Amino acid sequence: MGETNQNLYSGSFNIEGGNFNSAGIVSTNIKSILKKLGIPGDIVRKAAIVSYEAEINVVSYAKKAVVTLTVNPGVVHIEVIDEGQGIPNIDLAMQEGWSTADQRIREMGFGAGMGLCNIKNYSDEFHISSEVGRGTHLKMTIQTP
Amino acid sequence: MKIEKIIQTLELEVKCGKDYLDKEVTGGYTGDLLSDVMGNSREGYIWITRQVHQNIVAVASLKEHAGIILINSCQPTQETMEKAEAEKIPIMVSSLPAFELSGKIYNLLTAKS
Repeated sequence: MGETNQNLYSGSFNIEGGNFNSAGIVSTNIKSILKKLGIPGDIVRKAAIVSYEAEINVVSYAKKAVVTLTVNPGVVHIEVIDEGQGIPNIDLAMQEGWSTADQRIREMGFGAGMGLCNIKNYSDEFHISSEVGRGTHLKMTIQTP
Repeated sequence: MKIEKIIQTLELEVKCGKDYLDKEVTGGYTGDLLSDVMGNSREGYIWITRQVHQNIVAVASLKEHAGIILINSCQPTQETMEKAEAEKIPIMVSSLPAFELSGKIYNLLTAKS
């Protein structure tokens, strides 16, 4: 759909679950890659929000994840595939304010039940699927001019 | 308005990022929920919070905030300061609570010069 096959960037990153000290490294990385490619600032910031929220979800709830960034003319794809507990009820998880975060996570200011909402709101296309006991798969697409 | 003007006027203590105080502040956002700040603040804003751990630096850096002000004399952790220095994010401390500090900064930013 207007997306050509000419690939501008393709790469993947690992996130380790449970490690709040390194949270944000992958999204910071993604942000600087997009900047270097000359992607406009507002698109870069959208991608930064989306990838940060996804990263925090992995750190909070999963064992590990692989994030794949693909940039083609006109579009940025971010895909996050985690191994973890999965989400039993996606509709519920998508409700703003709903969270299963424990006290430790909430004390840091995470677990407000806004992460998936932010991802949805700042993506042009968003797909989520999950299997309890296996993990969660997020696909985000952001259009570029 | 530059951060240094806000620092002088409100007598803020600068904890780190001393070399980046000439950044222009375009607005502000007050909040302790990181996703709220992530979703609703904008680039160039000064962020007012009581969170002191290093994840605030990632949020401020990704959102391109002008800087962070901690309320109620809350102190940033050592890791937070090191990370903020590396990411060029100034962190200041105020003795005021969030409501008062936000009001004062709002007045400064909206005052007709």
